[in-house]
Parts: sequence; C-alpha cells; structure tokens
Amino acid sequence: MIVGRVVANVVSTEKHPQYVGYKLLMVQPLDAAGQPKGKPLLALDGVQAGIGDTVLVVDEGGSARSVMGDEKALTIRTAICGIIDRIDIEVNT
Amino acid sequence: MKLGRVVGRVVSTKKMPCFDGLKLLLVQPLDHLKRNAGPVIVAFDTVKSGEGDLVFFESGKEAAQANPNGWFNPGDAAIIGIVDAVNTEEIR
Repeated sequence: MIVGRVVANVVSTEKHPQYVGYKLLMVQPLDAAGQPKGKPLLALDGVQAGIGDTVLVVDEGGSARSVMGDEKALTIRTAICGIIDRIDIEVNT
Repeated sequence: MKLGRVVGRVVSTKKMPCFDGLKLLLVQPLDHLKRNAGPVIVAFDTVKSGEGDLVFFESGKEAAQANPNGWFNPGDAAIIGIVDAVNTEEIR
C-alpha cells in the first residue's frame, strides 16, 4: 500500500464500462516525512475521500477489485482503501 | 492508472493478431498540474480517443484485460477513459 495525498478530482464521461459509477481521484505519493515523492497516480475512490485527504492506496488488481466490491471488473488496478488520520513515526537521531 | 495526453499515433501493419482493429497511441504521462511526468509510452485505445485528448490509462496486466480481443495478449498499457476536467487544489 502507498501513503498519498489527494491532489485532484478527475472527471471523465467517456470511459471503460467497468469504471462507470466510481469517483476518480489523483493521488500524490508521500514519503515518511509527509513530503511529495514520486509521480502522481489515479485511483478509484472506495472510501469517500476528497481533495486534501491523506489516504491509503492499493496499486494491485485483486486488492483494488475487493475494495470496489466488484471482482469481475478485471481492468481495475488502483483504489483508495482508507483515509489516514495520523502517522506516528519514531524519530531517528 | 495515470493521467496522460495523447501526443501521437503509432501505425503498425505487422503485429500480434490480438491488436487487430485497435489504435496504438503515444501517451505522455502528466501530473496533477498537467506537467510532463515520465517518458512517453505506447498504449492501445479502448475509448476512441485521439491526438490532443487528455486521457487516463491503465498499465500492467489489468491493461491487457481491457483488450476487446481477449485477455491473453501482450498489451501493457491501455487508454480506458477520456478526461473532461481535472480539479486541483494546492498541496498543503
């Protein structure tokens, strides 16, 4: 799973039938310090997240399909499976 | 899934039969501010997109599943939607 922040809401009308009805959000992956790291990716929303939320993203087909509750939607690969309240890290000194 | 822009078309006559009838397009991956993010890739099209369109595409084995000619094919990127709008907010 990836920790990331929702940075955009993506609207699409013409899309593959297996994606109809789902909200599409763009997520910027974060490092342990909460700083942006890596390239943003798109994920289907399974937990009613929104722009600015820190979220947990699965980037694997089987997991994403179980998040969206549609095991036959075989083209789905990335989904948001949780909204993060807090991350506690032991500071390395 | 990633956001991208279709920047060109790839024409191939001799190809795997599983790609028959599919458009092969060059896609430039983009970030949330529509800046370039990574190298251009080739993806097959499932939504009748064309040059200049803002799209989202899937990669990996899930892309192959979007091929209308069957799932057992070597496709590793598929355009699965045309993007109408991207609403952003600055990262706090």
